[in-house]
Amino acid sequence: MRGDLSTALNPIPLYKQGVEEEKSELARLSSFAGAMAVGDLIKTTLGPKGMDKILQCSMSGGPDAGKLLVTNDGATILSKIGIDNPVAKVLVDISKVQDDEVGDGTTSVVVLASELLRETENLLAQKIHPQTIIAGWRKATNEALRVLEGIAKNNSSNIEQFRSDLMNIARTTLSSKILQGKKEHFAKLCVDAVLKLKGKTDLQGIQIIKRLGNNMSDSYLEEGFLLEKKIGINMPKRLENARILIANTPMDTDKIKVFGSRVRVDSVAKVAELELAEKEKMKDKVNKILQHNCNVFINRQLIYDYPEQLFAEKGVMAIEHADFEGVERLAQVLGGEIVSTFDTPDKVRLGKCDLIEEIIIGEDKLIKFSGVAEGRACTIVLRGATQQILDEAERSIHDALCVLSQTVKEPRICYGGGAAEMLMATAVSQLAEKTPGKESVAIESFARALRQLPTIIADNAGYDSAELVANLRAAHTAGKSTHGLDMEKGAVADMVELGILESYHLKRQVVSSAAEAAEMVLRIDNIIRAPPRPRQRDMRHH
Amino acid sequence: MPSVGTLAFDEFGRPVLILKGQESKKRLFGIEAHKSHILAGKAVANTLKTSLGPRGMDKCMVSPDGDITITNDGATILSMMHVENEIGKLLVQLSKSQDDEIGDGTTGVVVLAGALLEQAEALLDKGIHPIRIADGYELAAKMALEHLDKIAESYPLDLKNLDPLINTAMTTLGSKIINRCQRQMAEIAVNAIMSVADMKRRDVNFELIRVQGKVGGRLEDTLLVKGVVVDKTFSHPQMPKEVRDAKIAILTCPFEPPKPKTKHKLDITTVEDYKKLREYEKEKFSEMIKSIKDAGTNLVICQWGFDDEANHLLLSHQLPAVRWVGGPEIEMIAIATGGRIVPRFQELSADKLGFAGHVYELDFGTTGDHMLCIEQCKKSNTCTIFVRGGNKMVVEEAKRALHDALCVVRNLVRDNRIVYGGGACEIACAVEVAKQANKIATIEQYAIRAFADALESVPLALAENSGFSPIKTVSDVKSQQIAQNNPRLGIDCLNTGTNDMKTQSVIETLIGKRQQISLATQLVRMILKIDDIRLPGETDE
Repeated sequence: MRGDLSTALNPIPLYKQGVEEEKSELARLSSFAGAMAVGDLIKTTLGPKGMDKILQCSMSGGPDAGKLLVTNDGATILSKIGIDNPVAKVLVDISKVQDDEVGDGTTSVVVLASELLRETENLLAQKIHPQTIIAGWRKATNEALRVLEGIAKNNSSNIEQFRSDLMNIARTTLSSKILQGKKEHFAKLCVDAVLKLKGKTDLQGIQIIKRLGNNMSDSYLEEGFLLEKKIGINMPKRLENARILIANTPMDTDKIKVFGSRVRVDSVAKVAELELAEKEKMKDKVNKILQHNCNVFINRQLIYDYPEQLFAEKGVMAIEHADFEGVERLAQVLGGEIVSTFDTPDKVRLGKCDLIEEIIIGEDKLIKFSGVAEGRACTIVLRGATQQILDEAERSIHDALCVLSQTVKEPRICYGGGAAEMLMATAVSQLAEKTPGKESVAIESFARALRQLPTIIADNAGYDSAELVANLRAAHTAGKSTHGLDMEKGAVADMVELGILESYHLKRQVVSSAAEAAEMVLRIDNIIRAPPRPRQRDMRHH
Repeated sequence: MPSVGTLAFDEFGRPVLILKGQESKKRLFGIEAHKSHILAGKAVANTLKTSLGPRGMDKCMVSPDGDITITNDGATILSMMHVENEIGKLLVQLSKSQDDEIGDGTTGVVVLAGALLEQAEALLDKGIHPIRIADGYELAAKMALEHLDKIAESYPLDLKNLDPLINTAMTTLGSKIINRCQRQMAEIAVNAIMSVADMKRRDVNFELIRVQGKVGGRLEDTLLVKGVVVDKTFSHPQMPKEVRDAKIAILTCPFEPPKPKTKHKLDITTVEDYKKLREYEKEKFSEMIKSIKDAGTNLVICQWGFDDEANHLLLSHQLPAVRWVGGPEIEMIAIATGGRIVPRFQELSADKLGFAGHVYELDFGTTGDHMLCIEQCKKSNTCTIFVRGGNKMVVEEAKRALHDALCVVRNLVRDNRIVYGGGACEIACAVEVAKQANKIATIEQYAIRAFADALESVPLALAENSGFSPIKTVSDVKSQQIAQNNPRLGIDCLNTGTNDMKTQSVIETLIGKRQQISLATQLVRMILKIDDIRLPGETDE
């Protein structure tokens, strides 16, 4: 459809050339098709028995060219596939936001949104106005969130209980990932790591080091801290009772920063003199650093040969080029200050640790700090047979860590295995029965979409989904509100006993953001697509 | 008909080209030109028609780079539609000028203009000269505006009772996606305006209100911060994340050795020079810190970057600092905290510092995003609306909607007269104009009647979008209005059971409506006066 009009059969172009316009029915058709395609694409990854996808990045261009990726993570899959359909892009965006906001549930949110839109197709066929459907959905969303809040439990006052809740949440999150087989091990690992953060949600404090080789179950949480650097030559490889100065300062040639200054000399001898002065300046600096009475010096920037040599002479261990995050983490772990000027040695807080040593993981040397003062950061060492396994394991661990840290912040929990969805669906269905008017149909459709989630989980596991979901529904109607699907046995079971928990924050975000996105898509009745920007010829090479 | 160039022939029958490159230029004139204008105008108006009213739909625009905008705002839709037709472009500008002037009603104005053009087409077919139509429209618009003034009601602007204002804002927000939390958003908009409004001058400085969005959370989490929110963090990871009773130095000079503006070269020729320069540099740094410290500062906001050394010096002197704060933000901070923007360290003194009761960092989600929130400022009349939402498009749309609501509330502060929405005032004007039409002796009578019909296009579209049978609904309302002599009756879009817009509190500002009618009429007049278009031909490239 082009915006062409005609008088006397001569077209009058309204839009720029190449602009495409899709109107009402056609626009809806294309938006629903896009949403459903995306939903269908990733719905097979849902649940503990969900499958993974291989993503092969395109061979041309980009840093990931030709890289192979095996993953189960919704946000990762969606971010890697090129999508042209505008509505599909909306869904990709909600999955990304879910990833940023909660870290997990990225698949569920897209599946729920696309199921909602699938339901709409039928409603629109019955000539129900989109705005009526939206009105119904809003009521349904409110009801769903209300019952979800009703069942959410807060165990954070009881530390023992809270820890076991966290373990359960970690297990639930990990059970759909590659780490499933070792979920006990990894759940413990993640919970320990998150509890070390003491309530902060910033995951930068947790470093994940991946090394090829060995078995996944050889992964461990390092109590101390690992730095992916080598110790300089001629320096002690092992140091006890380390006093560490963490710095961010140039240790090459310390430039003069006064604007416009430059060296202009008339003889080689003078250059030599200046060089000497420069060298002296560096020596001064090193001496000042040494005055801090430290025996380890870690710098974010490079350390040139000359200062390194000076440090070695004094028996100080110097570590160069620790990247920025590394330095920040170190400062957090060791309790030191990041220093850039060295005139006030008495004011600077040094970092401390009991032992620094070089260790070998796989075939790489790393520096290990143990017996650290403030353990607010830690390192997880992942081992695995292939790069893909390691990458996927990292993503899974990341998801679990995100969810856990968010749970520490918002400690309420609810039940997994489709229990929460079925609970909401039941409540929404009841609301539909009470509501007069056409909205009731829309509310019922919302309930159906919610019920699709347990159905898909069961389908993915190869069970008789119709039977299972009907049983589950019956259980919920009978008031057993904690019942969900046990995907090990293929039966309906009490989630409290199985310990399948999920974060309340996660579930709430899934429902509200899927409803918001579906509403947004449903309101569209016209898609206007500008022609892709013509490639500018790159003139730089001419 | 395109490209019928006028040709002149010399005595041998050879064509003489009058215009340069005439054969490649396109030309359209006479009644054909009018017809094509009207067609284009109608097409643009029809695209927007479905977005009108509380049950209007949204449009999805894909930009050349593949970015998506989903919106209900007329001005935004048109500006992103890539309209190329000349008349289409005029309508785009019409909507934009309504947006600049009033901020709301950008869809309505285009729909009205489209309807006026449509009516003009029928009149042209009757053989009425375009100028007579244009004149008739002009007369009719005058009548309509007079009638609007008559039916307008003055509105109590009471700081203690903000409900009326909130109702107006809610009317504006009703058609947007954020009508899910209509009341909350309307309250936010009203409170924001009220906190910055200058009631004496009856003016609102929009620069004091910032609308900032952050993807994540829910729309319901949107909040009004009486202060400033900046997308920045403290410069050194180990600085405290929270400052109470902050005395703020607002600097526009970098924490770096000075850079004189005059071009110069500083030559180092001897070792002494080198050493001296080194000393000088060190001195400068400590001087800077000292001047800040001496002024009694405990928080530094800087427009420029810091050197690593300066950064650490700030840390060791317990001076939390924020760097790379952009121009508008730094102005906002200065206004909010009552501080002065200091361009040189030497000029810093205690009385130039700003004050804020509470400055803290907000954390979001799992990606380690931070924002800096400056609250309890000395002068609390700046505020930031902090929008949250489940995806990028919702946040953007919410920002646009809030902007509209803010504009409407501001207009009420400027001029507190209102009319009733839901098509009520359009119908009232249509009735009045049609009545007056019969008194006109000339041909313009027809145009005036057509104008009355065109005014009804807005309620018609409202009814259609709400799923009613449009003609029946509008004629019902019209007859009721005449029978009861009540200009407050409109279309009951949300099916609430009453069509009295006063009880539904569907309120629009008088200036907004006036502007719509006069702008649309003006534009249509202009279009009707064009009878010849020349387009440059496709240039050979």
